[in-house]
Amino acid sequence: MSLLGTLARMEAVRDGRAVPLATVRHRHLADRPMVLVPLAAAGEAGAPLAVMLGQDRESPVLLSLPQPLDRDRRFALLADLAAELLPWLEGYGDQVELLTKEVKDPATGEKTEQVRELCTDAPQLLVPGPAAVEFLGLLGRSTRFRRTAEDPDPGPYPAPARVPLLGRWLTQLRDRAQVPGSSLLLAMTDLLGRHWATGQSRLEDQHLGALLGWIAPPAGLTGAEAALRAETARDDRGQLLCPPAGPTTDPRFDSGLLAPAITRYDAARQLGDAVAAQAREADIAALLETVLRPTWERMWQGVDLLRALPAAAHLPERWEGDRWSYTSHRDRIAAGEPPQPVRDDAVTAARKLAQREREQTRLDIQEALDDPLAMAEHRLSGEAMAGVVVEVEPAYDTTGRTPKPRPLVTLRTDDRPHGDAGRELYRAGGPAAQKAELVSADPASGLVTVRLLNGMGRKKEPEPGSVPEPGEQVCFTLFELTARQSAPLPEPEDTPWTHGGPPAARAGTVPADPVEGA
Amino acid sequence: MNNVTPGPPGLTPSPLERRLAGLRGDAPQRSLDARALAALAANPGCGRRAVLDAAGVDKADLATRLGNPAPFGQSPFAISRGLGFERKVKADGCTVLLDLLRKELRLPEDSAPVEFAELVGDPKLPAGRVASARAALAAAAARPGVWTVLDQPLLRLEVAGSAAHLEPDLVVVRPDGRWTVVEIKSFPILDGGADAAKVGAAARQAAVYVLALRETAAELAGVEPSRDPYQEPGGLAGSPDSTALLVCPKDFGNQPAAAAVDVRKPMAVTRRQLDRLTGVEQLLDPLPPDAGFGQDRSDGQLTAAVGALAAVYSPDCLSACELGFHCRAEARCAGSVETLGRGVRGELGSFATIDRALAAAAAPPQGAAAPGQDDGDAESALRLSRAAALRAEALGGAALGGDR
Ligand code: SF4
Repeated sequence: MSLLGTLARMEAVRDGRAVPLATVRHRHLADRPMVLVPLAAAGEAGAPLAVMLGQDRESPVLLSLPQPLDRDRRFALLADLAAELLPWLEGYGDQVELLTKEVKDPATGEKTEQVRELCTDAPQLLVPGPAAVEFLGLLGRSTRFRRTAEDPDPGPYPAPARVPLLGRWLTQLRDRAQVPGSSLLLAMTDLLGRHWATGQSRLEDQHLGALLGWIAPPAGLTGAEAALRAETARDDRGQLLCPPAGPTTDPRFDSGLLAPAITRYDAARQLGDAVAAQAREADIAALLETVLRPTWERMWQGVDLLRALPAAAHLPERWEGDRWSYTSHRDRIAAGEPPQPVRDDAVTAARKLAQREREQTRLDIQEALDDPLAMAEHRLSGEAMAGVVVEVEPAYDTTGRTPKPRPLVTLRTDDRPHGDAGRELYRAGGPAAQKAELVSADPASGLVTVRLLNGMGRKKEPEPGSVPEPGEQVCFTLFELTARQSAPLPEPEDTPWTHGGPPAARAGTVPADPVEGA
Repeated sequence: MNNVTPGPPGLTPSPLERRLAGLRGDAPQRSLDARALAALAANPGCGRRAVLDAAGVDKADLATRLGNPAPFGQSPFAISRGLGFERKVKADGCTVLLDLLRKELRLPEDSAPVEFAELVGDPKLPAGRVASARAALAAAAARPGVWTVLDQPLLRLEVAGSAAHLEPDLVVVRPDGRWTVVEIKSFPILDGGADAAKVGAAARQAAVYVLALRETAAELAGVEPSRDPYQEPGGLAGSPDSTALLVCPKDFGNQPAAAAVDVRKPMAVTRRQLDRLTGVEQLLDPLPPDAGFGQDRSDGQLTAAVGALAAVYSPDCLSACELGFHCRAEARCAGSVETLGRGVRGELGSFATIDRALAAAAAPPQGAAAPGQDDGDAESALRLSRAAALRAEALGGAALGGDR
């Protein structure tokens, strides 16, 4: 954690409630996000127990299993989930804008116009926490290779037709969620934790109820009290008032309520009593609803809190990256490509890693430009400085044929840029890509002088507005304000043999169909 | 496991043992198990935990009596799935298991017979169980060329003068005379990999078993056990293999898959922790002579006695130690900065409490150290007040706007 983050947490302790960690909202928030709260069956990897989902706060859809070990029922639940999610996911593929790009044929050097489609919007899925993101990834992994009854060789346990497709989408969403700043699939605890500092640790912030307890404590309670209540308070049956946001349920819920209810359901089935079994199944659904509802409400409470924050300026630009990600996945499916492999080939893995690093840099820069509180981190570390201009002295570079403007700008600031004279600086919030160099810094008087180097037009006198005026607030960074492109990587087809060769050569490593529970 | 553990036969308890037993009072002794020993590594610096563990105090029970019960528990579904998987692994005379073992440890094909050791299984007879496991290991050592499977043998490890009783899932004596610890876990090995945190915990647990086996082997060989996990003694004393076998369900099914895990590093860490426990005597100094944790103590007495033992709280305690919620409440009461995260203390220099750090943040920046402050203090104070000024400015001002 940064010192500014720690300071904010200390202030939260003092104030008895969370304090802002951002002045703007740094993540895209869809008008109608899909909220999804999954519950997993304990002890088994990627086995669903129930899901509550929907875009309408008032009417969530509940999918649940009366017996999580029943394979047929599990498939049925996944088929229901696919029926809920796929039309929504696919629906964004219909509205597109056309973008033309000029491409040069590498062989002939001939220029042609390439038209590409970009979906105008993309789906956004919100889940309670990172564990739910991982769980969706597991669901994706366990379903995307499944054979279905429609396959020529369906195997012993064919899955319902649309389930593998759902698995591919979930895999895509989970994969995209690894990219810093992406917003197709987001965890509510991460979202809230980015924008508020609580008076507890980041570890404790993983508990959605406790986190919201700090951000919006009920009347009469401090944040700490509300959080403790969310973590520990139980009713007279010993059940948590704020059930865990999943995917795992409280062990005492499992032992005290769920296990007996499942036993009753199994007994009714064993007796062949269909009516009783149905009633017992309804009991279980009701039980699961009681532990899902509080989290559902908290998810929407989180959405409300986030919506109240003004959107950061760079959100549309980053969301466009998400739209590209969505569009290309849509295209891969339309082109009949096989599901994502279990493990990426070397080139794809390197590409993804490079992309994540690049996106992290871009995110840091954009957040700093969008939010003075994020820029404050860089100022504190000596990577940026901001202050009021006290003097502007015209000066010129006369080495060339025509003199060029190189004005000296002096600002008053307590910031202490970590750099010697001559250090290159970048102006934030000024003309695009305006550079400067550090001339002198005097911490005792709080005066820093820089020389502007470009972005002032071609004439001897700078373009109006391109040089700050005395009294104006300015900000310079020591880091570049655009993320560099990393060195190009080969296409996956050109993977060198030292890195395993092209993916097709190793197609045999994709598991045919991991059969479960055999 | 609330075994009443007899001390080593024929020995009267040492003064330390008597003192520790006195602390425990009439509360049942909680004998240390592998999970508890492995968890020591999670917060090695904590004296409170060291004393309570050495005294055999049941920390979960203590936490409940202190009014901050530990939130740990296991779902019955997880338990039954775990048991089912264990049965599956051990089915058919461990055929599948031994195949996995040969494959993962790269042992040659063999047709050696497989025998199952007869072990005393009565949980009320820990001493008998330990003795029978020892005898089985001795018998196996005398008869090379055979697979001997010990199913849940009870092992003993001397910890700070008291005995910890440890129960590995399986110990397999191989035809080449080496002993391998087998840990059966119910988290999956997915696409050839498993959750690193869970593998780490399993490795720490297996390390404790290997340590106990090494003591047993040294005893059988009549030599001193080696203290250095990286050095394998020769002969019988070197029989325990420091590579354990972790058996988990494969992918999303319940077919067993296995991985060989080198546990020398966690062995070294645990060894150091255990040696620290022996130094528990000095940790007892701050306790008033009449302090204790018995059932007869009032809430106030308990809180005071626990409070007298120095704790090293960090938020990681919440998932690692039964007293987590109690120590958190105490640390919050004291306004300690550790409640905000593990690394926070290092960031704030000498400011140990939130009040003091906030006061420094609110003070105008000073160039030189105030009287009574050292340079480190002045440096952290300066950074804090800079941070506070920047934060206030940012929250008061408007965004800089994007790049036009
Ligand atoms: S919870 Fe308390 S006793 Fe346990 S390790 Fe942490 S500080 Fe020590």
